[in-house]
Amino acid sequence: MSKVEPGRVREDEHLIVEGMDISGHWNRMFEQRVLWSHDTGPLEKLTAITGAESLAYCYQCGKCTSACPVDSVGSYSPRKIFRKVQTGTDLLTNPDLWLCTTCANCLRVCPKEVNMISIMPALREVAVTEANVPPELQKAFENTFQHGNPLGEPARKRADWVAEAGAPATILPRERRPVDVLFYVECYWSYHPRGRDAARAFARVMEKLGVDWGILGPEEKCSCDSQRLAGERGLFEMLAEQNIRTLAKYEFSRMVTSDPHAYNALRNEYPKLGAEYPIQHYTQFLAPLMGQLPWKRRLDYKVTFHDPCYLGRHNGEYDAPREMIRQIPGLQFTEMFRCKANGYCCGGGGGGMWLDSFTGNHVTERLSERRVREAVETGAEMLVVCCPYEVSRFEDAVKSTGNEGRLLVRDVIELVDEALR
Amino acid sequence: MGNVLVYVENSETGVAPIAFELLGAARRLAAGLGGEVEALVAAGATAELAPALGAADVILRMEHPALSPYLPEAHVAALTEAIRSRDPQVVLVGNTSAGIDVAAGAAAATQRPLVAYCTGLAVDGEAVVAHSQVYGGKLVATTRTEGPGVFTVVAGAFPGAEGQSGGKAAEATLAAPATLGSLHTRFIAATAPSGGIDIGRADRLVSVGRGIGGPENLELAQELAAALGAELGASRPVVDSGWLPKARQVGKSGMTVKPKLYVAVGISGAPEHLEGMREAELILAVNSDANAPIFEVAHFGSTCDLFDLLPALTERLQAS
Amino acid sequence: MHIAVVVKQVPDLVEELEVDAAGTGLDRAWVKMKLNEFDDHALEQAVLLKEAGGAQVSVVALDGEGIDQVLYAAVARGADRALKVDAGTQEPLDSRRAATALAGAIRDLGPDLVLTGVQAADDLFGQMAPFLAAELGWPHVSVVSQVEVAGAAVRVQQEYAGGRMATLEVDLPAVIGVQAAPQPPRYVPVSRLRQAMASGALETATAGAGAGTGGAAVTQLAKPEAGRGAEMLTGSPDQVAEKIEALLRERGLLRG
Repeated sequence: MSKVEPGRVREDEHLIVEGMDISGHWNRMFEQRVLWSHDTGPLEKLTAITGAESLAYCYQCGKCTSACPVDSVGSYSPRKIFRKVQTGTDLLTNPDLWLCTTCANCLRVCPKEVNMISIMPALREVAVTEANVPPELQKAFENTFQHGNPLGEPARKRADWVAEAGAPATILPRERRPVDVLFYVECYWSYHPRGRDAARAFARVMEKLGVDWGILGPEEKCSCDSQRLAGERGLFEMLAEQNIRTLAKYEFSRMVTSDPHAYNALRNEYPKLGAEYPIQHYTQFLAPLMGQLPWKRRLDYKVTFHDPCYLGRHNGEYDAPREMIRQIPGLQFTEMFRCKANGYCCGGGGGGMWLDSFTGNHVTERLSERRVREAVETGAEMLVVCCPYEVSRFEDAVKSTGNEGRLLVRDVIELVDEALR
Repeated sequence: MGNVLVYVENSETGVAPIAFELLGAARRLAAGLGGEVEALVAAGATAELAPALGAADVILRMEHPALSPYLPEAHVAALTEAIRSRDPQVVLVGNTSAGIDVAAGAAAATQRPLVAYCTGLAVDGEAVVAHSQVYGGKLVATTRTEGPGVFTVVAGAFPGAEGQSGGKAAEATLAAPATLGSLHTRFIAATAPSGGIDIGRADRLVSVGRGIGGPENLELAQELAAALGAELGASRPVVDSGWLPKARQVGKSGMTVKPKLYVAVGISGAPEHLEGMREAELILAVNSDANAPIFEVAHFGSTCDLFDLLPALTERLQAS
Repeated sequence: MHIAVVVKQVPDLVEELEVDAAGTGLDRAWVKMKLNEFDDHALEQAVLLKEAGGAQVSVVALDGEGIDQVLYAAVARGADRALKVDAGTQEPLDSRRAATALAGAIRDLGPDLVLTGVQAADDLFGQMAPFLAAELGWPHVSVVSQVEVAGAAVRVQQEYAGGRMATLEVDLPAVIGVQAAPQPPRYVPVSRLRQAMASGALETATAGAGAGTGGAAVTQLAKPEAGRGAEMLTGSPDQVAEKIEALLRERGLLRG
């Protein structure tokens, strides 16, 4: 890479413009110069990829840099990515390819609509096709392919959480009947110990509400949205087709899911494959029903709330979880300074959930750690979440930032359940 | 009356330790069958190898230049020849690298059944009952072999001491088969373990398995090893994935270790791994799967998530 | 150079394995099958040889439930042909019988080199590579971690206990039991797998006939006896760490 030559100075000794004498240094300016010093090939190679075209639109204004959550713990943002590519970085083999969590805060502020939510999956798909995938992400892909979930847990154990719920859940493949609500449990509520806590709380709340609901049990597979955003589009399509076939076997009048990523997939992506569902996030389903719940106790907790990127920015829902928090008796609620449309990211989206170690080598702290510090700053003693990725991410971050004993992390459904006991 | 034939694995360093374990097992089987123990030692020169094999009743010496250094094709021919001429009821071969080559090849050539991965062998009437580790050690298969059979025996399953005792055995010479003169396999060179370290000499080892997830997580284990003053070891999948060099591999195709302390992290405990470390003085295993076979040989175990336990333990050890 | 890679599926050991009612076999109703990891390495080794010097790679497997996807994945990885051998049964065969059935198809195929995994989780009655070699009458080396072509032969690295290795040269045709490829098996993107599946390019081949070697029979399959295992340390990670520290202190194994 050659050094950029300074532009040649141009100065007219005698110059009168519209009757004004601007001779000498008054008219000094640089000659226009073109950046020939960099090969435009790498940029053109990327923007030729379907889905990645808008990277070329960047005019380096830098608005995204202040919005990008990764930049606040490292050196990253669409503007910086563009510049690196422009000056010769091959993004397809560079760690930067995997740091974006597709949180969409850059797109919110970008005047040129440089769309990283489209660019990143498209570029990653090329890298995946060339078998250039960080090992931990590859493992998540392989697990999803082999077992239908990124955790690598046996499919047959997908509904095991039901046994200890203390409330019934109809497992539709075993007990075939029409239900009002088909609950799409998703992987982390099915398998992760803390997710299972939330799933069980959900079952108990549904029983209190007298909702007629069922789950797909071992037939449910990952909705696969995050794998799609991490570049495995083929895997997404394969599982989506399987899920669509499975869903077609059962009768239900609406669908509810635990996971904003599944919500995003079922609301925005599955329709592109010809399957439309009346889908709600569980906070959207429960918020209007909160008045019917027989509260038993006040929860005198100071809480704050973290917006999931895929519920909030991606799908515009900021109110439902806040409405739930408002109605749970006793909670004192404070917003964090980054919230709602400008909410920070937990780092788990877009494949980040399976790249923690990889990402850790390229940032000064995890996004979840930064967010936990912000939650502590509000004076809250509890961080309330409503995305299955977040409980374990934030609980880890509470430990690693030395805030154990100072901040608890709870899914909002756990609080509802607690106030009913 | 059935005899037991032991294939004596050997190299330029002498008789392999597994051979004595086999001789010990053979003695018991021969007693049950009312037969004798015959030891086949096939090498370029056998004079220096034979005296160690006194636990046998008969030492069968077969010599040919093609038999040293080890060539699978030559040794299959040698064992096949010995089985044909001596017609033993039981043939014992170590379940080692050479054992895979030799036992299956000879069993096929002599039309005898083969039972692999044996950890227990007993005589029941006329038959041999074997216990074998299958499915990565998660299940044990019991088989019954009526009539002649070939058995490969897992290293460490039988004590070596019984096979090392014994007086002077009778010796017989077996003619090498003619095929050894026209082999299709040639020895080119031997390679010593690379990597500069010798985990076999370490008195403390922290070994990582597939449960560590990826190379980026090795640091957790390295930090624990440093806090313990231990070397880092690995199971085969970790080495095959290129996360750690071959020289750090513990198990059948790696090193056999007997440290004072062996910490197995994220290792499920396939039989091939267990045979390389089961004699460690204190074995501590961390694996989230409570059914992992590693807990069979470990003295202490925990099913804690290694990503939680390792940092906690490292911190404690650094502080103490 | 024509390389045949012999692959099979084995039960995924992530799953809990249950024994059938007869007590002698796996309860296959719930068993999840996956490609034998050593066969995966054999395939990677074949594709590496193809990339290094050009070769035709044919992947061969016995017909059985789920094998189509395994074969298509091999095509997506770089195999040129995929052959399914019909042995007249969907039941899994033991390695000895499988070798007999496969050898017939391989003889018809006429490769220069056969690569397969050194072992499998369920090869109680012996390993595939040496049995295939015996059936074909070809030389054989197992526990191999590297294969290179050397004229009308291949040079292989054979591994022994203690980390010792030797380089051997084997005339072709030959059968090699692969322990590990020089690099881990590469990721197969599902899109490429689906392309391969859409091509539908599976061939079928006829199995060789031959009698198995009777004599050994499984009388019982069971979980290992419990009770001789580890003393489990329970509690939170911190509590377990504390117990381990106390244990090491007691045994004089703390550093320094």
